[in-house]
Amino acid sequence: MKVSDLVKEFQLTVFSGESGLDREVEGGYVSDLLSDVMGFSRENQVWITLQTHQNVVAIASLKDLAAVILVKGFRPEERMLEHSNNEGIPVLGTSLSTFEIAGKLYRLLCPEEILPPAV
Amino acid sequence: MAVELTYQVKGGDFSHAGDASSQVKKVLKQLDIDPKKIKSIVIALYEAEVNVVAHALEGVIRVTVDEEKITMLLTDRGAGIPDIELAMREGYSTASKEVREMGFGAGMGLPNIKRNTDLLEITSEPGQGTTVKMVNFF
Repeated sequence: MKVSDLVKEFQLTVFSGESGLDREVEGGYVSDLLSDVMGFSRENQVWITLQTHQNVVAIASLKDLAAVILVKGFRPEERMLEHSNNEGIPVLGTSLSTFEIAGKLYRLLCPEEILPPAV
Repeated sequence: MAVELTYQVKGGDFSHAGDASSQVKKVLKQLDIDPKKIKSIVIALYEAEVNVVAHALEGVIRVTVDEEKITMLLTDRGAGIPDIELAMREGYSTASKEVREMGFGAGMGLPNIKRNTDLLEITSEPGQGTTVKMVNFF
């Protein structure tokens, strides 16, 4: 699955970093604490957060994350946009809450982990 | 083979936090170091770099890479750490409100460094500054 597939599937806004839209996605990480992401996220994960500053992209780049999704209609700060374009890390946006977008992403990426609905 | 790199870090300048770590990552990739080792080194160095930005007035990062290891020495001028043992504790932080609002200052930086280095030495003179030495073997 590529970042561009997520954009289509969840109708995400692409703010910046278009050159990274063909990055491979292998999972997700949810946190607004930067050291948590620094320490525990893994390569090719999509990072869901409400932090909108450039250090988010710095960390995403250092950790080789696939993309960043900003929740609840948050928009990236100007320097985050610049950094994202320079690094080729897509910064995406959704109007959904963290809980909702993380749930959808989990269902898409890990369908075998989800139990079928009770009849 | 020995590669030496030096970077200046300015306290409070979050717009360049991580620049040195990013440069070191590129150099290690060029040197064909094991990607797993690079990942740990990058985590430790980034956290140490951010600590200088968040807590000190200024600092210098000196990195030496030889055949068997990387040595990262961060020396800063600033408040220092009065109680290193306390500072190492998961969740303990003295970061400002502004720094915390950015998502830093969760008291995870030093524990991240500890987990991702083979050797870690911290010495500090309160009111003067802090020296952090980190070594990772390849």
